[in-house]
Amino acid sequence: MLRIGKLPIAVFAGFILIFPWVAGKIPAIENYTDIMVFVGIYCLITIGLGLLMGYAGQISVGQAAFYGIGAYVSAILTTRFGLNPWFCMFIAVLITGGIAFLIGAPSLKLKGHYLAMATLAFGIIIFIIFNEEARWTGGPDGMVDIPGLSIFGFDLNSIEKYFYLVWSFVFVILIFTINLIQSDTGRALRAIHTSEAAANSMGVNVSKFKIMVFVYSAILASLAGSLYAHYLNFINPATFDLFFSIKLLIMIALGGMYNIWGAVIGAGLITFLSNEWLHYFEEFEVIVYGAILLVVTIFLPHGLVGIPGMIKELFVRQKSNE
Amino acid sequence: METITFTGQVFQYLITGITVGSVYAMVAVGFNIIYNVTEIINFAQGEFVMLGGLIMVFLHVAMGLPLVLAFPATVVLVTLVGILLDRLAINPIRQPTVLSLIIATIAASILIKGTAMFIWGKDPYDLPAFSGRDPIIVLGAVIQPQYFWVIGFLVLTVIALTFFFDRTIIGKAMSACADNPDAASLVGINVKGMILLSFALSAAIGAVAGITLTPISLMEYDRGAMLAIKGFGAAVLGGLGSFPGAVIGGLILGVIESMGAGLISSGYKDAFALIVLLFVLFFKPSGIFGNIEISRIKRF
Amino acid sequence: MTLRKIAVLSTICLFAIGLLASPALAFKGAFKVGAVFSVTGRTSFLGDPEKKTAEMLAEKINNAGGINGKKLELIIYDSEGDATKANLAVRKLITQDKVCAVIGPSLSGTSMAVVPLAAKYKTPLVSCAASYKIVWDSKESKARKWVFKTPQTDTMAVQAIYTYLKKKGVNKIAVLSVTSGFGASGRGELLRLAPGYGMKIVADEKYGPKDTDMTAQLTKIKGTAPQVIVNWSVGPTQVVALRNWKDLGMTSIPFYQSHGFGSRKNIKLAAGAAEGVYCPLGAVNVSELLPDDHPQKAVTMQYMKDYTAKYNEPLSSFGGHAWDALQLVANALKAVGCDKAKIRDFLENTQGFVGQHGVFNFSVDDHIGLDKNAFQMVVVKDGDWALAK
Repeated sequence: MLRIGKLPIAVFAGFILIFPWVAGKIPAIENYTDIMVFVGIYCLITIGLGLLMGYAGQISVGQAAFYGIGAYVSAILTTRFGLNPWFCMFIAVLITGGIAFLIGAPSLKLKGHYLAMATLAFGIIIFIIFNEEARWTGGPDGMVDIPGLSIFGFDLNSIEKYFYLVWSFVFVILIFTINLIQSDTGRALRAIHTSEAAANSMGVNVSKFKIMVFVYSAILASLAGSLYAHYLNFINPATFDLFFSIKLLIMIALGGMYNIWGAVIGAGLITFLSNEWLHYFEEFEVIVYGAILLVVTIFLPHGLVGIPGMIKELFVRQKSNE
Repeated sequence: METITFTGQVFQYLITGITVGSVYAMVAVGFNIIYNVTEIINFAQGEFVMLGGLIMVFLHVAMGLPLVLAFPATVVLVTLVGILLDRLAINPIRQPTVLSLIIATIAASILIKGTAMFIWGKDPYDLPAFSGRDPIIVLGAVIQPQYFWVIGFLVLTVIALTFFFDRTIIGKAMSACADNPDAASLVGINVKGMILLSFALSAAIGAVAGITLTPISLMEYDRGAMLAIKGFGAAVLGGLGSFPGAVIGGLILGVIESMGAGLISSGYKDAFALIVLLFVLFFKPSGIFGNIEISRIKRF
Repeated sequence: MTLRKIAVLSTICLFAIGLLASPALAFKGAFKVGAVFSVTGRTSFLGDPEKKTAEMLAEKINNAGGINGKKLELIIYDSEGDATKANLAVRKLITQDKVCAVIGPSLSGTSMAVVPLAAKYKTPLVSCAASYKIVWDSKESKARKWVFKTPQTDTMAVQAIYTYLKKKGVNKIAVLSVTSGFGASGRGELLRLAPGYGMKIVADEKYGPKDTDMTAQLTKIKGTAPQVIVNWSVGPTQVVALRNWKDLGMTSIPFYQSHGFGSRKNIKLAAGAAEGVYCPLGAVNVSELLPDDHPQKAVTMQYMKDYTAKYNEPLSSFGGHAWDALQLVANALKAVGCDKAKIRDFLENTQGFVGQHGVFNFSVDDHIGLDKNAFQMVVVKDGDWALAK
């Protein structure tokens, strides 16, 4: 696994800091800041999912459910009970984490395909609940008039302010996750990915770690959901469907699942693709996603982030052939 | 005034459940064929059903081919798609891992779905029933003749497959691959060829399910996903890899779903099959006919 | 010839062609109107005809000289039925494309996602979706200042149905609905208004938007012996429900659909099962059947002729909503120009606007502008619409 240095983080931070200012000056990309807010929100989810899939080697085809639970808990607690949005976000994290633990414990005992199907089934059941329990969730109509966020009375009601809020979250999580990967926990995770039997025999408590990462990814998705709810001031179940879970998989596969930057790149590319660049190819959107996923799986198993590594390998092989 | 007794209602749910359960059973059988040879779960299994229905509509309704010709032609075409799926999505993966294979079949399923949407649009399409729509009344329940076609084809499929796997050389070769691919190739069995055949067979069975189902409940481009999940539920319920399991599992799942929708809550209809799936996965992953030992040894 | 000479000559030629090619369309500027529709995705049967109608109407207006000599420039984005995309699209229309007003979105879900933007950016929004919540703020108990909509509400459709049922002496009904926004809203109204019309609801069954079989629900309904079944859904499930109803031999119980049934395609797909089925429809669907003195006769006949001639497909009820929305905005632009606040005021004070789906009368508290008279009760006879007696 690549050592993640300080330089890329600093460069990326700089990029994010000046982005709204630059975008504001160029008319053609004026709305990119708006799209970047969503990229940031999705990054929170993909960083967690990337950790789960790339490092711990587990798969979840139902991540949209945790995203949705975070969004709905925040929405319900703020609109029906008038509680402080930050407090509700925290409660949402606790609830989502709890549910992830309850589902994760039995699911993570399953292997490969079984786990994929279990998470898929779970995701759909949660989606059906969002649609059915209208008394709480507003049903298919969704929930409206969700309040926005503010810090000590300072209203975060513009695109730029929300941009910085979301990306601050992303950076904190990014750094925390990178530290996690480079710690003993990260080593244990990689051991589990390579071989659970071997890791077990080395004294690694395999199930504890798998559940921990699963819950962590769920918590990140929950945060993303709450941020989404307070940005749009409206949510409905359609946002949290199976196709979104699959879209997340595409982001991870495209960016690269064995590297945390892959999660960021994948989220960015797919979000821009679907909201901006594919505007003239609407009918083909599903085909394009399917094709991207297939091509990446066959030819770029390490994603875009893995390309420099692949090129290096080619050179090494060239040299050794001479 | 039209009315129906409670017994009649329950019987109606039972019949509908068995019919839709037959479709789940066929999807489950398709899962099992591929799984037995490759240990891959083909997420695109439901798309074969969808393609069977839509291609049949094209050949029989749009092109006017008579039923007797359109049926086998459709099956052949969908089988070709199954072969393409293996050649383009599964075979090329150089270092197959669980993750990459799962993602490959998911990718294939969205590709097929997207292409179907591109060709046929989002509208639902209809097929005329094979033997008319005059209902048969039994115990107050109304049975459509098409139901019998669906159930009948399931029975036919099961008989044909059992004969194939037990009595023919190729079939036995496929079973050998399932038990131990390395040993199989040592004995001269073309493992890659068997894998291709398994995809072809699964596609064919899926197509049959789709063709017989469409006259009852129409067919549209995105039906595949739910069928695949419920079919998988049926397969797991019966015990992954077991044919009698797939059939029993499918029928049970269909009946549970129908009864649940009728007697408990119609809004949660789809959830019943999924909850059963989760239950089985959490408490008895080997299913009804499965063997715990074998499921532990399997590579994935 | 040198390269430079070729370049200069071709530039001059292009200029000339450009000038010559558009003599009649010499506009002095343009009015930009934004539109967001669900052109692709699950609900493309709504957004696609809406987009086609809007484009057709804009073209017609421009061919007649535009609005006060200025071109009507329509900028359409596809929401794909997705709330996030709709939100981004509207934001882009307002902040980047700098439109005078926005029409659409097509769905209640996507509309609710953009309603806050209308107020935030003080831009008039005329939605083409059904739910009354789009224009009504229940917390403040007043109409949302910057938001209007053109479709009838479920309330009006239900009122139209109940009025008709009461006239026929029906008082025991079974309700069947889809668990989508449209279905849930309609079901809510059916339940709420029932007591007022003396209706007893003996069954309340639901099904999912992707369901392919409702025999379980219909069987249960059969057991409660209702006089009439009312089904509230839009899309393929309406047709499946009809086929199941016929296959189960329940045709002696009259079947009523919602106004979502408004397309001849649905009648065809039902394969004979739609015969004798009732539904409330906006006048645009039955323009040929309207009496000559009906206020909407001329406008709906013209739309039908134009649409079927240009697109070679039967018109769709939903396209009519886009027609109403764009024409309302065009009228406002003609009167007050591209002043967002004045457009809003003009819309709010519009009275007697003859549209495809009714005659609109807006006011401070009413941003919908229609009532139950915007519906005609229609029955399917010989595979086509007929006015129900």
